[in-house]
Amino acid sequence: MPEATPTTPKNPTTAPTVQDEMSPAVPIPADLSDERLVHARGVRGALDSFTRKVRGGDLGSLPVIIGLIVISLVFYAQEPTFLSSRTLVNITLFAAPIGIIAIGVVLVLLLGEIDLSVGSVSGLAASVMAVMVVYEGYSLFVSILAGALTGLAIGVLYAVLFTKVGVPSFVITLAGLLGFLGLQLVVLGKNGTVNLPPDSRLVEFARSSFVTGVASYVLVLVVAVGYGAALLWSIRRRTAAGLSAPSLVSVAVRTGLLAGGLLYLTYYLNIDRGLGYLPLLFVALVVLMDLLLRKTTWGRHVFAVGGNVEAARRSGIRVTRVYLSVFALTGLFAAIGGLLAAAQLTSVSQASGGTDTNLTAIAAAVIGGTSLFGGRGTAYAALLGIIVLQSIQTGLNVIGVDSSVRYMVTGAVLLLAVSIDSVSRRARSSSGRG
Amino acid sequence: MTATTTERPAPAGTAVLSLEGINKRFGAVQALTDVSLDVAPGEVVALVGDNGAGKSTLIKIISGVYQPDGGTITFAGRVVHVGGPSEAQALGISTVFQDLALCDNLDVVANLFLGQEKGTAGWLDEVTMEKESWRLLRTLSAKIPSVRIPIASLSGGQRQTVAIARSLVGAPKVVMLDEPTAALGVAQTAEVLNLIERLRETGLGVILVSHNMADVQAVADRIIVLRLGRNAAEFNVDETTTEQLVAAITGASDNVVADRIRRNQAAHHAGAHDA
Repeated sequence: MPEATPTTPKNPTTAPTVQDEMSPAVPIPADLSDERLVHARGVRGALDSFTRKVRGGDLGSLPVIIGLIVISLVFYAQEPTFLSSRTLVNITLFAAPIGIIAIGVVLVLLLGEIDLSVGSVSGLAASVMAVMVVYEGYSLFVSILAGALTGLAIGVLYAVLFTKVGVPSFVITLAGLLGFLGLQLVVLGKNGTVNLPPDSRLVEFARSSFVTGVASYVLVLVVAVGYGAALLWSIRRRTAAGLSAPSLVSVAVRTGLLAGGLLYLTYYLNIDRGLGYLPLLFVALVVLMDLLLRKTTWGRHVFAVGGNVEAARRSGIRVTRVYLSVFALTGLFAAIGGLLAAAQLTSVSQASGGTDTNLTAIAAAVIGGTSLFGGRGTAYAALLGIIVLQSIQTGLNVIGVDSSVRYMVTGAVLLLAVSIDSVSRRARSSSGRG
Repeated sequence: MTATTTERPAPAGTAVLSLEGINKRFGAVQALTDVSLDVAPGEVVALVGDNGAGKSTLIKIISGVYQPDGGTITFAGRVVHVGGPSEAQALGISTVFQDLALCDNLDVVANLFLGQEKGTAGWLDEVTMEKESWRLLRTLSAKIPSVRIPIASLSGGQRQTVAIARSLVGAPKVVMLDEPTAALGVAQTAEVLNLIERLRETGLGVILVSHNMADVQAVADRIIVLRLGRNAAEFNVDETTTEQLVAAITGASDNVVADRIRRNQAAHHAGAHDA
């Protein structure tokens, strides 16, 4: 053993066994040298540590995935076409715009704040874009930019009110919900409905652009190879630094599972229209936000502020900037979602971005596993949550149930998701996982 | 004032941090009046005083949380202005706050480097940070089972260890510890006092704020007593009795603590005389 542990292990049996398993020539990595660590090696070890995490209340995405399986089985039993390629393609298409809004909600929830106005902001942005492109004759690009900037500006306004004036985000955004709904009606004018030209590039993008055939499989392979390469790179760097690294087998298994799953999904979606550009953009945004949250200083600061604002402030983090960036991004995502939702429906009306959009986006973030108490969650929560909600909606449509039932089911699922969050919080605090 | 001020043992030339004539006023309250303090490299200076004596205010002025109304702060031979916590950190003054200021939801590595993350162009370099974390924890001979577990799952002593290790990130010259043993058990207190010894051995100037006279006398080289926002006394720890300290802190030599110590000593002396 190198100078890794200045104190010799008190328990003489622990350290040698670890060394035996690792072949005696290899020194123990710095991060595994403490004798109190429980060492998990191989497939069995991975399974063990997984069950320990779940028992300790660190559920991650497990409840959502189980929920999704249950939902699929229930609807499939009622109506087998629920799992047809056509239905699945529809789910991906309709989930995407609100899913993009939900990414912004995840961000703001990570800070332990809330944005109740994402629906209104999405509607206002769509109205600005539609009026500019249809009535005012601006180019599509400029109109989209104006719509997106509307959302961004609203986010900045919220951040200023929150950090400088100190109004709680709940109240600011509740005011925004009402205020921007009113502004949307003003922007739309007397007619109340603006139809987008059906040959508009934005409408085409949202409705009829699909990645199919060879291109789709190449895309999957690029993603899988990129994922595997990133894992290998991290192993190399960790080994070079004398830290423990996952085994090559685990890299192969993880990359293989990802590639296999994506290939099958692509094949299945390709039976119908394939993967739409719109859902692809949504997934790309989720992956991008996930990387930004986990791998950048900014993301680290978001989690720090969500976990303990005072600690973040004292360690020199510019807390105001973190709030500003997050509220601005939430507004921007709401706007982008609103623009795409409008493109998908080829029109903007007074009802665009109404209560339904608002509540679905917030519910999706929470159902996906973002804690309402801040500091805990991932960007993937938006993806998983919106797929659950859209599956329920599509499923109930497929089996021909009234929308009244849909609201009740959605409400029940939301309550269930928050209950799971609360129960797992209790399990976490009793097993010391915070 | 009954406390006697001994001659100042710290030569001003060698002090890494030196405060002179610090004043701070909050509305009608004069929190600090003409307060001075020096710390040399490799020296542990204890800052003691009763509640409201101005210890926390002074700590916050040094760490840049408050701005003094008057007086000078000299750091490494230069008169400096500490405009905020990040400026203090950049200068080389780090603070371990009483409530530790850790993020429970983040792991040990993330907490150690919070606000001073390593990386390029905004992307985190987790490998370097993790390696550096182990190095820091090893210099303190600290026992942390893993640097990849959330802070929430650590014991009180381990959290204190992380907080102290964090103060060493960025190679500071002065470390301030605000009541580091206040919430700890006997064994954990001993562990933290060992950490303070190790900070001294590495040549850092250490300012220790504590209510616990035993802790102060165990690790400090010099003791500075504040009372009602003024320098009340300064002691060399070897030449100081608890009685003198208590008297300086309370501003009176006639109280129960001092009385008992005096009685005990008198009894002891009497006994020694008899034999």
